[in-house]
Amino acid sequence: MTNESLLVAENVIVDYPIKGIGNKPFRALREVSIDVRPGETVGLVGESGSGKTTLGRAVLGLAPVTGGSIRFEGKEISKASPRERRALSKDIQVVFQDPYTSLNPSLTIEQTLTEPMRVAKISAKEASRRVTELLDQVGMPSNTLGRLPREFSGGQRQRIAIARALALNPKLIVCDEPVSALDLSTQARVLDLFREVQEETGVAYLFVSHDLTVVRHLSHRVAVMYQGEIVEYGDGDKVTSDPSHDYTKRLLLASPVADPGRQKVRREDRRALIDASK
Amino acid sequence: MSEVTPIQPEEVAKEPSTGSHLVRRLLHNPVAVVTSATLLIIILGAVFASYLAPYDPNNSDLQAILQGPSSEHYLGTDGAGRDVFSRLLFATRYSLAGALLAMGLAAIIGVTSGLIAGYFGKWFESFSTWVVSLVMALPGIIVLLAARSVIGPSLWYTMAIFGLLLSTGFHRLTHAAVMGVRNELYVDAARVSGVRNRSIISRHILSVVRAPVIIQMTIMLIVAIALQAGLGFLGLMDNSIPTWGGMLGDAFAKLYQDPQGILWPALTIGITAMALALFGNALRDEVERSATPKKAATGTKAAEIVLSDVPTVIHQPADADREDLLRIDGLVVGYDQPDGSLKQVVSGVDISVKKGEIHGLIGESGSGKTQTAFSVLRLLPHGGRIAAGTVHFDGQNLATLSESEMRKVRGARISYIPQEPMSNLDPSFTIGSQLVEPMRKAMGMSKAAAKARALELLDRVGIPDPKRTFKSYPHQVSGGMAQRVLIAGAISCEADLIIADEPTTALDVTVQADILDLLRSLQRELNVGILLVTHNFGVVADICDWVSVMQDGRIVETGPVGALFANPRDEYTKSLFSAILDEEHARGAYVAPAGTAAGGK
Repeated sequence: MTNESLLVAENVIVDYPIKGIGNKPFRALREVSIDVRPGETVGLVGESGSGKTTLGRAVLGLAPVTGGSIRFEGKEISKASPRERRALSKDIQVVFQDPYTSLNPSLTIEQTLTEPMRVAKISAKEASRRVTELLDQVGMPSNTLGRLPREFSGGQRQRIAIARALALNPKLIVCDEPVSALDLSTQARVLDLFREVQEETGVAYLFVSHDLTVVRHLSHRVAVMYQGEIVEYGDGDKVTSDPSHDYTKRLLLASPVADPGRQKVRREDRRALIDASK
Repeated sequence: MSEVTPIQPEEVAKEPSTGSHLVRRLLHNPVAVVTSATLLIIILGAVFASYLAPYDPNNSDLQAILQGPSSEHYLGTDGAGRDVFSRLLFATRYSLAGALLAMGLAAIIGVTSGLIAGYFGKWFESFSTWVVSLVMALPGIIVLLAARSVIGPSLWYTMAIFGLLLSTGFHRLTHAAVMGVRNELYVDAARVSGVRNRSIISRHILSVVRAPVIIQMTIMLIVAIALQAGLGFLGLMDNSIPTWGGMLGDAFAKLYQDPQGILWPALTIGITAMALALFGNALRDEVERSATPKKAATGTKAAEIVLSDVPTVIHQPADADREDLLRIDGLVVGYDQPDGSLKQVVSGVDISVKKGEIHGLIGESGSGKTQTAFSVLRLLPHGGRIAAGTVHFDGQNLATLSESEMRKVRGARISYIPQEPMSNLDPSFTIGSQLVEPMRKAMGMSKAAAKARALELLDRVGIPDPKRTFKSYPHQVSGGMAQRVLIAGAISCEADLIIADEPTTALDVTVQADILDLLRSLQRELNVGILLVTHNFGVVADICDWVSVMQDGRIVETGPVGALFANPRDEYTKSLFSAILDEEHARGAYVAPAGTAAGGK
């Protein structure tokens, strides 16, 4: 871990309380460590219950951090007060999975996009200039402003959500499965947009996904999570094509490729791996 | 780097969008106009009572008791010689003010506590729920009678206490509505943007509770008026203030001398309550209508079927030697619109599935693939129908079968594997009983035989401990296990054809691989035909023999998986293939941005 890292998480533990007296809390993260450098994409991949989303939420201050530390530009943020969180919102933003519930259905696109700027006390004039710029950046026409979310398709809503995240020129965006709910062709276009935005603005991504190929497409480094722990962490290409951990291998071989011949080989490799581990 | 192409928003909604137009819409609603005008007259009468009333309401003229209406006393006088019209005006003032006090207090306390409990939760949520349940269990009228004996017959104190009792209704309503939205992602997004809680509540949360609270307010006002009239009638209120209930009580005591005296307060109470109730209804109608745009109710467009004349790219005609198990020809599925037209979602689809073949139906959302699959089962959502075409299965045209004949086919001959395993198992029955019941119905098996077979099937689909799973409830097993149970159910009645609608989409990728393996081996073993709906080319490559690509309700390309994947010919199919993320190219190594650590602008 270099000292130029933007975000450093060390031995992060997250416990979710279970209702009822005397129930032990559920440990969603078990001493997880990760770091993100400026302008870098770190992919977090895993299956449901692996804790990948929880780690993203812990960075955002939406999950209770029980132990360990999360530092952003050298400053501890895991126990940030509401005031400190508000200050951080300028630097850390989010794009969620479900474009249908991440935009308030009763606010116009303009109201949604200017919200972060109002909080940051940016003048209305400046905000409206910035909003036009943002829409242009994510490839949406400027007549989008007065409309409501329901007038847009999933891919378009995700573009709007990206514009909202970019509003204050953040240094880090936590992306929680941002393309999982999208159709194949839309998914590829939105991923391209993520990449373009990164190259233009130098923003870093903590990119959470269950899909190895999506993560591979976008990430410089990849961390594989399983049952609340990181089992493999390293160069994106290496982890997603020639993994060393058994679980990553199984994950890779389980995702089907769109080529009947290669898929047959992959299927047999997977069988062999499972038989060997028995 | 590909260029970002601007995307045009989909068709513009023609209806005015939000609640800001609520007032205008109310003005177009005749019930709302009449009732609000009535209420306005009543309120104006109450506000300007001092100017409108010809007499002091408490001034009794013992020379003129129980007189009928005259030019001197418009509505006559009561038993104490007081002018009924003047009293009625002042009674309206006090009664309405009392009811408004109760309702306003209830709304303020209830909405505030409901918001706090719903948004912040924690200890306040459980504490307030407890208090609300306690207060709701108390009989209101007895509390009020007890309070009266302590604090005296004051109208204002009584209504304030009643307001406290009513606040529970507002609390529950607000609490439930806020709980529904507090975990919405847009609320999280606002938090991450640094929006203060106060601001999140007023911007994102209050807009959700506003409409139901306003409607609840009209109801509570009626309740308060009725209760207050009841207490006044019983003479439990302060007699120095004229109220509707007090007037009703006075007139009732003189019912035999002057029967019409009771008419005026009763009419006023009745009209006010009715106007409030109808206004509340109109308000609710208009608020709810804003969620669903008003559709043109009339029109006589004929249901016209439009078929595309673009031919399907066919890689290789289906093997004519092997008999079709399922043959869909020219299928058109549509939804009847209020104007009489047909909204087509499937427009002329031809598909054939042979015995022992897995036919993949692939397409993006809205392509009509699921609608096609559901029309084979004749389980289209409400309003949908097969408008044209045939669905031949084993010599029968399923499109024209009666519902009772169809029931014999469904489950027994054609079974179904759904996308969401959990929502397709009934949470209140054990897994075993949900497997046994269809077998006894469809195949007439005895209970013991069906149970034995169910255990055998659970073992066959790879469930580690069949006996325990048999006795389990759906919530006790994982999603992957639940899907195995549903597959066991699908093969239990020895169906010839299985319709699988995105059977692995909701599952983790490692579980998906296991389920695909299971489907493949079962299909070989039982030689069934499967029509598999999916959006994943990997799944098709893994398991299907034949594939049809759907777009906008029609099949654009069809052929054996090997041939079609090697050489897609239709433009849309090609575009889908090119959208599949390249496995070869990873992002590459990280290069630190030039300049500051933050980089960029």
